[in-house]
Order: sequence, then structure tokens, then C-alpha cells
Amino acid sequence: MSPEERVLTGSHFLLGDHACAEGGLAAGCDFFAGYPITPSTEVAERLARRLPAVGSIFIQMEDELASMAALVGASLSGARAMSATSGPGFSLMMENIGMAVMMEAPCVVVNIQRGAPSTGLPTLVGQSDMMQARWGSHGDYEIAAYSPSSPQECFDHVIKAFNTADRWRIPVFVMADELIGHMSERVVIPPADQIPRVERKRPRHKPDDPDFLHCLAEDEDLVPPIVHAGEGYRANFDSLTHDEKGYPATFPEPHDRLVRRLVDKIRLHTDQIIEYEEIFMDDAELAVIAYGSTARSARRAINEARREGVRVGLLRLITVWPFPENKVKELSNQVKAFVVPELNLGQMSREVERFTSLPVIGVNHAGGVMMAPDPILDAIREVKKNA
Amino acid sequence: MRHDIRVAGFGGQGMLLAGLLIGKAAALYDGKEAVLTQSYGPEARGGASNADVIIDDDPIDYPLITNPDHFVPMFQEAYERYRPSLVKDGILLIESDLVRPFADEGPYRGIPATRIAEELGRRIVANVVMVGFFSGATGLISPQAGEQAIRNTLRPRLVDLNLKAFNAGYDYAKKQEAS
Repeated sequence: MSPEERVLTGSHFLLGDHACAEGGLAAGCDFFAGYPITPSTEVAERLARRLPAVGSIFIQMEDELASMAALVGASLSGARAMSATSGPGFSLMMENIGMAVMMEAPCVVVNIQRGAPSTGLPTLVGQSDMMQARWGSHGDYEIAAYSPSSPQECFDHVIKAFNTADRWRIPVFVMADELIGHMSERVVIPPADQIPRVERKRPRHKPDDPDFLHCLAEDEDLVPPIVHAGEGYRANFDSLTHDEKGYPATFPEPHDRLVRRLVDKIRLHTDQIIEYEEIFMDDAELAVIAYGSTARSARRAINEARREGVRVGLLRLITVWPFPENKVKELSNQVKAFVVPELNLGQMSREVERFTSLPVIGVNHAGGVMMAPDPILDAIREVKKNA
Repeated sequence: MRHDIRVAGFGGQGMLLAGLLIGKAAALYDGKEAVLTQSYGPEARGGASNADVIIDDDPIDYPLITNPDHFVPMFQEAYERYRPSLVKDGILLIESDLVRPFADEGPYRGIPATRIAEELGRRIVANVVMVGFFSGATGLISPQAGEQAIRNTLRPRLVDLNLKAFNAGYDYAKKQEAS
């Protein structure tokens, strides 16, 4: 490995955490701020060596509050900024994640999930931050989140996360888990010019144009162009409710207008963000919905069930947020029930329940060990018997 | 076909590197699929530690090993701890100076990997002797792939010694078969 190259084109046998780091590099990450925490430490460790070697910045901050604040500042100066953490650190980031949402500062946070709540199981797998990713900061808002099932997807999803963040000006999370973060598998890194890159929308107005309102979303996508610090624009970024000029406007009407836009820019365009994989869904009469490491066990379980003659398919979530509600509604006209295995006591299964009237059977474990295929298979058999 | 391989020893014996070389050889140079997992946390420090490698011709879904079909212990405690998990008629390859098999142990093959490593000048390469032995005894990774994995994993100044270690283990397995 020559440390001077930003994109390590070729085939590698990589740890999921390291693949997250390489995904950041390939996506053009200029700036990492973070505080090491198991099981995400290897992301920071690798970037601490690799980012400075390609002329970019790595800062170990005093904590995760400051890390997230640094991401917002770096983002608004034009950097592709990322951090990596796990549950306890993710909790500390929540306040400033809200700030990133309010200031529309695109950034990426990788969460290698471990057993929770609190410090829980530092070294062992969990998937219990799924709702926190969606609702952990106060207020109404929308974000996007990916859920890799392999080191290859760790690499791919960090790149997607940067592009989604920049396209929609939101914080985007890569919700991996300890199992995926700490397993090694082949990762193919394409040539640098084949890494997909979505550029931020930049202002059409010149810095001295008195008519320019930098928080005004003129386009149908509801995303205002982003101005970067140091380019001559006189732009105020405020975490208070602000008007189109960016100045505080702490009144009911501008508040409703702003929060509605921040939410609608995502809710009205979920079809441009949502991604999933369908396996054996064509003729399925039962659907398993799974993500992250659990999707690998689900895959094993549906293969076994198919051998037993059960027509079961897998909807594997690539984006967990926004949630593919239309897909669940559509499948509700095809299947008889949903089975939702998760390494938590039922988080994404609640979301499935919101969009179907069919039975939703959770297969749950609080974490510490990867979900095994057997309990998923048992649930499939049970549902089949009762269907 | 899927093969579940558990390499086990004590902390400091380089079991993770052994697993990494096997996984890398299979996934990058033999055109197969491979997954490496390992134990983390306080339980992985000192005492028995292990690296689990799965090699398959097809993509691997469930990445964990419950019952290995290949078990490579390099230390007594690791042998005793994980031996019960080996499938019936599974393949057992031991460090013959450091592992004393149970009286009722079935067929197995052994190599004095640490002694061979010491003869090569550094006992620390005993793990790579074992990887070479694994390659020669099982054929699950080719010697060419093993060599490539060593070249692309270790620092340049360590490559020659480790290649010697790998070849010593590989040749030992082949001579064992011939005799």
C-alpha cells in the first residue's frame, strides 16, 4: 500500500472499519474529526494515517460534541467532512447533528453499532441505534442513513452517504454494526475516475449581489445553494430559526416555513434516495425485511426455507432512512406477513407496522451476538404454518 | 463448497495474521470467497485466542463459524477449549510440540512449527510455518496465493523470512504425505 494514493484502486481484503475509511478517502473526504471509540476505532486509526498522507486533515477532538461541531464548521467551509463513532459517542453528537440539520451542513457520520443502551457492550455487536439515527436530536427533521452488510458495502455506502449529504444538504449516517466493522472480506476499489461524485449546488449569484438570499430555496428540490466560508459571501448560519437571509427570525410563521422545508426537501424526494435489494421476492408469499449483519443471516434463512418449499423473499434495506414505506405498502398486496429480524427489541419493525395491516413478526435479540439464521428460519416456518 | 476454518493459539502467537493470510490468499489470489472474523475485547487478551476463516466458491452469507471443519490449534489451552466444536471427522492440524492431543483423539497431523521457526532464526514466524503447513496439508489455499498474500501483507524487510517459513511448513506437509 502506498500511503500517498487517495484511492487505492484494486482488490483488497479489508476490515469493514478500514473499508469505511477507504470509502471516505475515495469520496474525497477532506476532513475527519472524531474521538476513538470501540468498535469504530479502526476507522479513525486508518484515517489518522491516511488523511494527512494525502494532504487532508485528521483531528482527534476532545469529545464527540466537539467532533460534530467541527464537522459542521468544516462542511460550511466547503470540506467533505466525516466522523466515526459508536452508540455512546453518537448520543453525544445528537445536539450538533440537529445543528447540522438546521444549518443544512452536509456531513457523514459512521456509527459502528455495539450493544446498548449506555456503554452497554463495548466490544460486541448491536443494531439498537436505528431509531436514534432517525429521532435522536430534538425537533422535526429528516436525515438519510445507510446500513452496510459487508466491508464492500462499508466502502460503497460511505461514498453514497457523501453524495446524498451534498445533494440534499443533510447529515447522513452509515449505520454499520460491530460484526460488519470487524470482519474482513474482499473489497474492490474502482479507479478514481469511476467513483460516483455528486457536487453541491453552488450559488448562481455573485458574492456582492445584494439580492442574494443564501437560505432561499429557489428550486423545486427545496435545497438552497450552499455558500462556503472564505469565498466572499456575507452569509450568516444560524441554529435559531432563520429567514431566507439566514438571520434569526424566531416567530411562528418563519419557523413553520423553515422546518417544513427542511422536512419536505427529503419527504418529497425519497424516491431519489431510497435503495434496497430484493431477493426471491417475485413469487414470495412471505417477506423478510432485514439490514446490516442481520441481512446475511436472513439470506441464509430464506435459502433454507426455499429448500423446504416456502415461498419467502428478502427485502434487504440499503437505506434504512428514509424508510421505504411505499415498497412495504406494495408488498402488502402480495405477501401474507412480514418477518423482521433485528439485533434490538423491535425498532425498524415498528416502521414496517406503520405501513401495513398484515402481521409483522419480529425476531429479536438485544445484542452481543450476531443474529443466527435459525431463529429467523423458525419464524418463517411458524408464519407459514399459520398463514 | 464452504470450509469453516478455526486457527487458534494464545495471544502473541499471531493467530490473527495467520487467519488474515489464509483469508487474503483465498479471496484475492485463488479467486474464492473468504471471510475472516476474530474475537475482540478482554476475552481475546491472553489465554486462548482464535481467528475464524470461511472459504467458499460462492458468496458467503452467514459469516460466523459454529462448528469448524478444519481446526488448527497452536497451543494446548486453545486445543482443549475449541476441540469439542470440531465437526465429526473434521481435519485437525496441530503444533506438535505445544499441543498434546487427548488420549482418544482420532487422526490428525502435526508440525513442530515453533521449532522450525527457531531454526529459521525467528520463532515469531511459527504462525506462518503453520499457514504453509495448512496450505500443503489441505490444499484450501494454493502455495502461489499464500506467497502473494505474504508479499502484499508484510513489510518488505520481513517478506523473505516469512516466505521461507511458509515454504518450510508447506514442504513439511508434502514430505509427511510422501513418507
